[in-house]
Amino acid sequence: MRTDPGGIALKRRPPHTGRALGLLAALGVLVFLCLLSVWLGSKEISFGAVWQVLWHDDGSADAVIIHSVRMPRTLLAVLVGAGLGLAGTLMQALTRNPLADPGLLGVSAGAAFAIVFSITVLGVGSLYGYIWFAFAGALAATAVVYFLGTRGRSGSSPVKLALAGAAVTALLGSFTSAMVLSDPVALNRYRFWSAGSLAGVDSGSLLQVLPFLLAGVVLAIASGPALNSLALGDDVAVALGRRLGPLRLRGALAITLLTGASVAVAGPIVFLGLIVPHAVRFVIGPDHRWLLPYTAVLAPCLLLAADILGRVMARPGEVRAGVIVAFLGAPFFIYLVRRRKLVES
Amino acid sequence: MSLLQVRRDRVTFRLAKPAISGRIRPRLIVVSLVLAVLAFALFCVGMTIGDVPLSVSDVLSAVFGGGDSGTGYIVQELRLPRALTGLLAGLAFGASGAVFQTITRNPLASPDMIGINAGAATAVVAGISFGFGGGLGTTTLGLLGGLLTALLVYALAWRRGTTGYRIILVGIGIFAVCTSLTDYLLSRAQITEAQASIGWLVGNLNNRGWEHVVPLACALAVLLPLVLALSRWMRTLQLGDDVAAGLGTPVQPVRLGLLLAGAGLVAFATASAGPVSFVALTAPQIAQRLARQASPPLTASALTGAVVVLGSDILARFLTASPLPVGIVTGALGAPLLLWLLARANRSGSGG
Repeated sequence: MRTDPGGIALKRRPPHTGRALGLLAALGVLVFLCLLSVWLGSKEISFGAVWQVLWHDDGSADAVIIHSVRMPRTLLAVLVGAGLGLAGTLMQALTRNPLADPGLLGVSAGAAFAIVFSITVLGVGSLYGYIWFAFAGALAATAVVYFLGTRGRSGSSPVKLALAGAAVTALLGSFTSAMVLSDPVALNRYRFWSAGSLAGVDSGSLLQVLPFLLAGVVLAIASGPALNSLALGDDVAVALGRRLGPLRLRGALAITLLTGASVAVAGPIVFLGLIVPHAVRFVIGPDHRWLLPYTAVLAPCLLLAADILGRVMARPGEVRAGVIVAFLGAPFFIYLVRRRKLVES
Repeated sequence: MSLLQVRRDRVTFRLAKPAISGRIRPRLIVVSLVLAVLAFALFCVGMTIGDVPLSVSDVLSAVFGGGDSGTGYIVQELRLPRALTGLLAGLAFGASGAVFQTITRNPLASPDMIGINAGAATAVVAGISFGFGGGLGTTTLGLLGGLLTALLVYALAWRRGTTGYRIILVGIGIFAVCTSLTDYLLSRAQITEAQASIGWLVGNLNNRGWEHVVPLACALAVLLPLVLALSRWMRTLQLGDDVAAGLGTPVQPVRLGLLLAGAGLVAFATASAGPVSFVALTAPQIAQRLARQASPPLTASALTGAVVVLGSDILARFLTASPLPVGIVTGALGAPLLLWLLARANRSGSGG
């Protein structure tokens, strides 16, 4: 019996054609969910009308709803889902820690801190304002974590990186709570942002974050083979000709781009990046060349399903997607964890 | 024949009669002693601060029943419970963090990361939102929430035995559910209730009375000796389940005992002081680096926890006129210390 570096038995994995077909099926599910997301909403529009309006923008009220509300929201869910899922996969691979998630490298904490700072101190009130602050905060926090986690003669190590991230998260979290507690207005805005929601996003903010998310996705998927070598341990990866410093730096850059942009528009929907990579790993195994594309397709599926369910459950109001992701995802995740025989990694 | 070997970082001894052998780590002992002295000093200094400034000697004599009645009242009814809650909660958080990080062999697997604090928080926020909050209610709810969550994690991670890895993964899932439930409740709550909830959620030592101290003290008196008794086996668990079993450790009973004791410590501490954030995560790592050990040392971790909580409480009262909740400052105090230790570490052994 072969065992992979993660320690999970490699018996009876689907062959490559099986995995490719699986990916195709997952893509089909994603397209289906996208259509469902455009179809369902607080105003009931028949599916035929939706289908027609989707291709021909005839300027009717329905067309306006579909094109300026539902489609941006659906596209955003796909992009944010892919971004957070990929960021989680990268983090777990780079830190070799199953607890790693985009909240961990201090990325979300940096974004949250910057947003609250911009509300309380600078008086920024609009979403357009937040996005850039969140982005800058995420970038700065990652830079600090990376600097601290790679200092010292022994260089960067996964544990050091993860601990530095946790410490920076603690520090910024303290400051954020202090500012939020002393300012009720900021608290009110912050608690809605921090619950994670896809509502109220238009195509303008979508276009703002699109380039960053796309760049991050490309960077992430391109690093699959290198992450496979890294999973064998630092020494083996070096022996296989990988240069660890640039690899980690590229990973950190991709994580910042993906998380910073996603968190800025949709709030910290953290469980997505935590749970989806694990779930995918249980089904298709630890090969990052497949893990990354699968995650990029399945994480948006979960987010879209959660968003749709949140809208249908409490019509005409809605339950936030971030809340439903955990409710949908966590039980399934626990089922997967229990189903497989785990060998400790 | 007795044998004594002194090396740079440890002293080993073997006595012929009585037949005892062992190892002493001088650095760990020195670090623990320094931390204990520091914790006691902060405990005393913390009681001198307040609307009526007192000297350390006034405070000490009032603790033992001396001094005038006004000072006695202030110290015994107001400041001693607060300081004791901080001290005991810090000890509990530090010790339980060390337990969880050791049995899961993951420095990030502190009770706040695998859902136990989150469960306590969900129970309390639900209590506040549905309107049966208030002092004792909050305490009981936090306690129940924390313990139930720990049991749930263990039960769901059980499949012909548990592994540290599966406990972590199930803990992530439970953490996700609890946190999102809390967020949902917070976003549905009225603004005043949300503010009350967040005030509790960051951990608070304001207005603590003896009713907060007594349950926590009882829990510590039972659970700390239990954890210390199990700590010999805890170190073998660090080597992996198979090696530990080969060395004669009853892996599953020890892990269940440690998990329940650790969860009990953190649940009682959370019930008294709120989920003071990051102490359980940072204190064991700080202690491990100060003592240059390979895994978090239990006693030193507990003492570090106490130092961080008491120090943060003093800092919080110095910083602003209206006392900040202590949980806000623990991150600001513990995190830079850990970052400094991380940045300074240049040996692979101590750098982690």
